[in-house]
Amino acid sequence: MEKGKETKISVNIAGIRFKNPVMNASGTFGSGMEYAEAVDLNKLGAVVTKGVSPEPWQGNPVPRVAETPSGMLNAIGLQNPGVEKFIERDLSFLSGYDTNVIVNVCGHTEDEYLKVVSRLKGIDRVDMLELNFSCPNVKEGGIAFGLDPVKLEKVTEKIKREADKPVIVKLSPNVTDISEMARAAEAGGADAISLINTITGMKIDINRRCFALANITGGLSGPAIRPIAVRMVYQAAGAVKIPVIGMGGITNGEDAIEFLMAGATAVAVGMYNFRDPFSMLKIIDEIKEFLEENGIGDIGEITGCLSKS
Amino acid sequence: MIIEKAEITEQKRLADNVFSTVLRTGIAKHSKPGQFVMVGSGSEAHLLRRPISICGADGDKGTLRLVYRTVGYGTVELSERKSGERVDLMGPLGNGFPAERAVEMATGQTSEKITDQTSDNTAEKSRILLIAGGIGAPPLLFLSGYLRKAGVKKEDITAALGYGSALPGLFLREEFEENAKTIIATDDGSAGFKGRVVDAAAGNNLTPDIIFACGPYPMLKAVKEFALRTGAEAYISLEERMACGVGACLGCVTKTLKPDSHSLVNNARVCKEGPVFNACEVEL
Repeated sequence: MEKGKETKISVNIAGIRFKNPVMNASGTFGSGMEYAEAVDLNKLGAVVTKGVSPEPWQGNPVPRVAETPSGMLNAIGLQNPGVEKFIERDLSFLSGYDTNVIVNVCGHTEDEYLKVVSRLKGIDRVDMLELNFSCPNVKEGGIAFGLDPVKLEKVTEKIKREADKPVIVKLSPNVTDISEMARAAEAGGADAISLINTITGMKIDINRRCFALANITGGLSGPAIRPIAVRMVYQAAGAVKIPVIGMGGITNGEDAIEFLMAGATAVAVGMYNFRDPFSMLKIIDEIKEFLEENGIGDIGEITGCLSKS
Repeated sequence: MIIEKAEITEQKRLADNVFSTVLRTGIAKHSKPGQFVMVGSGSEAHLLRRPISICGADGDKGTLRLVYRTVGYGTVELSERKSGERVDLMGPLGNGFPAERAVEMATGQTSEKITDQTSDNTAEKSRILLIAGGIGAPPLLFLSGYLRKAGVKKEDITAALGYGSALPGLFLREEFEENAKTIIATDDGSAGFKGRVVDAAAGNNLTPDIIFACGPYPMLKAVKEFALRTGAEAYISLEERMACGVGACLGCVTKTLKPDSHSLVNNARVCKEGPVFNACEVEL
């Protein structure tokens, strides 16, 4: 590496430049509004919004969250105000920041996904769309696409035709063969894939003889799932040519680099934002430090250095 | 919102499983009664911060007091920390009690209640009623001190404090007595009125203008009924499992009668729109 030359940590996904490869995982950071007082959103590679549906969604009954060893279960159920309020409030807010905006799109039916995607057409503040086919906490739709490669390919194809922004398909880990799902998303025309969403889990309160979550099951996230996530990112990245955004239990720079080496072009931090709202900023610095210490001038040199392809 | 490692300056056990921890933190200067902090654990196995309501804050000294019951890993860990150790704090969070409203009602212009009292001598004078159930007491103690500093007379504040039993200790009682007239209720009758704290308050023939309450859900339901019966305004502080504590994750919500401001679906965030709600605006 040339002396005095700035280490390059910017990455490119589907023609969109990210100033660094670190963003939040959908649902753990709102639209950034609640954290903006403490965290400089301009420093993030992207803000990934919470899932947006065509109409307001109620979500699940409480309790919606429970702590588990090195992780947590959640069954929020995608409570959100719907796309109109989202555009009016959240996107207006994000207009004040110099970071990429990835809108996470959810729906019960194919038609509902299409409604959101078509409503977001022509809105410059949206840089990319992330299709949420993997939330385990919503009974119909969503996950139904995420567990069946044929359906996943078809719905991706339809949405791609409607979308005027690059499309990321977020994959569920609750499948037998993640490579097959990754290939289906690519075949449907996805510009990138992101994984993993949460793993379905359960916790029981033995003293009260009840489930910890009102929804009975919930999605497990946090460091507890990291080795599974790294393995799945490795498998998925080896199966497709499109870029991969890796996530699942990332807490620091070392964790992030594991994902990059497994084949991810960028990474997302989820649950750990709750523990340490500054964690994404620290991870950006730690990635840079790692590259500098190892004489690596461009982050691209480590991306997928251990991946199959 | 401040996120920092705060030094413990005082650590005390008040009763069985009830502890008082004082910390030096910049959060103190910005804290209002009814707000809370999210306390981080030192363990990588316990990653979620615990919401703990603020029991007192001295902005000048920069000290914040937390009084809590040890119910699980996070609170036990906090109670075992020694003076001089540092604790990860985030806060102040939440809306807090509408204390100014109470100050206005108690120190402002002559209200209808005063003329009522001349015509009805049996009604005891009491304009502000604080109702605490168990570990719901700490934020109300903070409120009582705030009200006194704002010029509300001690005789205009009544604190009804409910405990399970007097045996483990009636924690915070003496401190309430400095700021308010107090009524004690215990489930087992070991001190004060035997039975529900709301019944104890009602039995004293109180006609408050405004009620502030914090405690378990059945108690809050009774507070709401009492408020509807007496025509008092009532503000209740709710508790719910939280993950982020700042309104981002939507983990802690409560059913509201009107559409909530965040999601427009009658599910307000306890950590952000709350934890204090007008009792008439939430479903209990």
